[in-house]
Amino acid sequence: MSLFSDARWGEALTHLSDYLGNHVRVSVTALALGLVVSLPLAIAARDRPLFRSVLLGVASVVQTVPGLALLALFYPLLLALASVTLAWFGIGFSAFGFLPAVLALALYSMLPVLRNTITGLNGVDGALTEAAKGVGMTPRQSLFTVELPLALPVIMAGIRTSAVWVIGTATLSTPIGQTSLGNYIFAGLQTQNWVFVLFGCLAAAVLALAVDQLLALIENGLRNRSRVRAALGGFGIVALIAATLVPNLARPSSSYIVGAKTFTEQYVLSALIAERLRAGGLSASSREGLGSNVIFDALAANDVDVYVDYSGTLWVNQFHHRETPPREQLLGELKTTLEKQNITLLGELGFENAYALVMPKKRAQALGIHSIADLASHAASLSIAGDYEFFSRPEWAAIKSAYGLAFRMQQTMQPDFMYAAVASGEADVIAGYTSDGLIAKYDLAVLADPSQAIPPYDAIVLLSPRRAHDEALQAALKPLLGRINIEDMRAANLRASGNDAAASPDAVARWLWDRIAKR
Amino acid sequence: MPSFPLIAYSHVGKSFAGRGSSPVMAVDDVSLEVGQGEFLAVVGGSGSGKTTLLRLANRLIEADHGTITVEGEDVRGLDPVSLRRRIGYVFQSGALFPHIGVAGNIGLTPKLLGWTAAEIALRVNELLELVRLEPSYRDRLPHELSGGQRQRVGVARALAAKPHIVLMDEPFGALDPLTRDALRDDYRALHDRLALTTVMITHDMAEALLLADRIAVMQAGRLKALGTPAELSQSGDTYVANLLRTPRREAERLNALLPRDGAA
Repeated sequence: MSLFSDARWGEALTHLSDYLGNHVRVSVTALALGLVVSLPLAIAARDRPLFRSVLLGVASVVQTVPGLALLALFYPLLLALASVTLAWFGIGFSAFGFLPAVLALALYSMLPVLRNTITGLNGVDGALTEAAKGVGMTPRQSLFTVELPLALPVIMAGIRTSAVWVIGTATLSTPIGQTSLGNYIFAGLQTQNWVFVLFGCLAAAVLALAVDQLLALIENGLRNRSRVRAALGGFGIVALIAATLVPNLARPSSSYIVGAKTFTEQYVLSALIAERLRAGGLSASSREGLGSNVIFDALAANDVDVYVDYSGTLWVNQFHHRETPPREQLLGELKTTLEKQNITLLGELGFENAYALVMPKKRAQALGIHSIADLASHAASLSIAGDYEFFSRPEWAAIKSAYGLAFRMQQTMQPDFMYAAVASGEADVIAGYTSDGLIAKYDLAVLADPSQAIPPYDAIVLLSPRRAHDEALQAALKPLLGRINIEDMRAANLRASGNDAAASPDAVARWLWDRIAKR
Repeated sequence: MPSFPLIAYSHVGKSFAGRGSSPVMAVDDVSLEVGQGEFLAVVGGSGSGKTTLLRLANRLIEADHGTITVEGEDVRGLDPVSLRRRIGYVFQSGALFPHIGVAGNIGLTPKLLGWTAAEIALRVNELLELVRLEPSYRDRLPHELSGGQRQRVGVARALAAKPHIVLMDEPFGALDPLTRDALRDDYRALHDRLALTTVMITHDMAEALLLADRIAVMQAGRLKALGTPAELSQSGDTYVANLLRTPRREAERLNALLPRDGAA
């Protein structure tokens, strides 16, 4: 199938008004906030050398923080702040999505504006500032009638740089819950949907270019004293903002928000849940690509209504337990702990997405390995590969000590490459995920864990505090509980990792529903 | 000499932080009066303190010592901004605002003073005529003008708010000789016609001799001599004598080289 006749372009288009609208709103707000803060600061700092160096130094340091990290840092910061204001003034606010994205992007936008405004103002010919004084201007009149207009080209160049940066970086606000064109990119990367990735990149680039050109038009108009051009540029920006506000106002605010983390299975499950809600007559919208640390807090704060998490993840990461009780006991304790936060553990879906030691079936049979215990005697001559965090997680320490494992070599890899590596023999054993579709694809064997060193990772459906007693929601979700077994999920994940239209999360979710509904 | 001094310097001193630890005296104990209607030229080499002396009068620079009065009032007691609005100032090579048209540049000070748009427009037309520029120049930008036209606009801008005093900082230095000559004569005529009091800085002794009523000679921050051309020629000071020798020798040699053809 040719790239351009791919049905996924059409699917991508259906999200465009939502993603683009949110993207424009968050970037324009951030840019406006950045300008409102940066311009006065630059004006105040231009003739104070110490203040100027401190200001530019701080802005430069901010710039060296990777965009994703800066955005991610603002979330816990605001969350803490929100709890303080709630405790002191009784006013809380949502630390999720829009606000942290705007603040982080505004901070990110400051350096070019500060630097160019200061450079532009200090670059104005001294004879002209002297002349402004000489004809009887006050410092303020000199600033507004002489210095700022003369520095305008340099200042506008800074604003344009910063606009392009902000629009580009705003794609990274997806993981902290702000819908943006980054939704295409994050979803596309996770589900190997290159059409989405390309679409998201193109849309962001076109938007950045359009805004840059509108700003250029305004600059040109101001510089050549052409009101028409300046007005056209201004009108373009206003029209852009207005156009993005319309769909937002029209959208119902009462819809259920379904969350998803940043991996394939989560996209499929959130699509499945959203589809079930719609089938039950409820309106649903998705917040996808959320960071693992963000999504639970978002649920607790009612910013997300429902999502699927894994018992072991919550047990270890969220509640910091070190010991692993048996499966039923862990689930029971988890349920009680969650109830204290008014979060409902509705039930298990029926499969586990746990860490597991995985190796090619043939190799395992040849070596006579069926469980991790069998692996111990061979480990000294074998290598193991895991994802970026596995070897520093408590599970790994538990497995090593429970079975006395000592591998010849261990290496970290991007999860997508791990399976191919073990299938091709580059690694002997990998720490994979039990529900991964690639286990079936590469004919791999999941080694048993007789000592139960790895905690259970049951997929569980969580509901936000405000939906705790929502019977319509619970009724819509009940048919999913206990119905998805590990083979279903692996098959679904494998389909979703394909590279065609049938691999979109919505299509896979429909396929999965058909498969489990028949039983 | 006219009786009432419009600008009076009395024991004025001003020093700037120098390169080393010791400050540099830019203006050192200068006392000087500029009478009403007088055209005073201030002559001196670069670094002699002549520009500083000029800028002290409208408080672009503040004096360290001494007293300066403008139209009888101590400038320290005046608001510097309104002081500058009532004194015309012509800058080196015009210093027109490049993003503002001719009419806008000329009408700046009246606009700052709150004149109505109609009054300003009328005044701009008047001034264009006064400095001999076509009305069609109103809407041009400074970069569309020649050097001489720019300086004519500079003069018009200085005169816009009908000041009694005009300060000029080497106004004709960067112009070609023909333009310079025409502009000098035109300005001197305006000075007389509008009964202005003018202080002009120049490093060109010939220009000072040709234009000014009196000449102040500055050297290393001090006032070396002050007087009419005739008075200066009587000065026993070697520096002043040196300054006068150049134009005199030039004039003699030019006379020898360029015999007037018949008529004169």
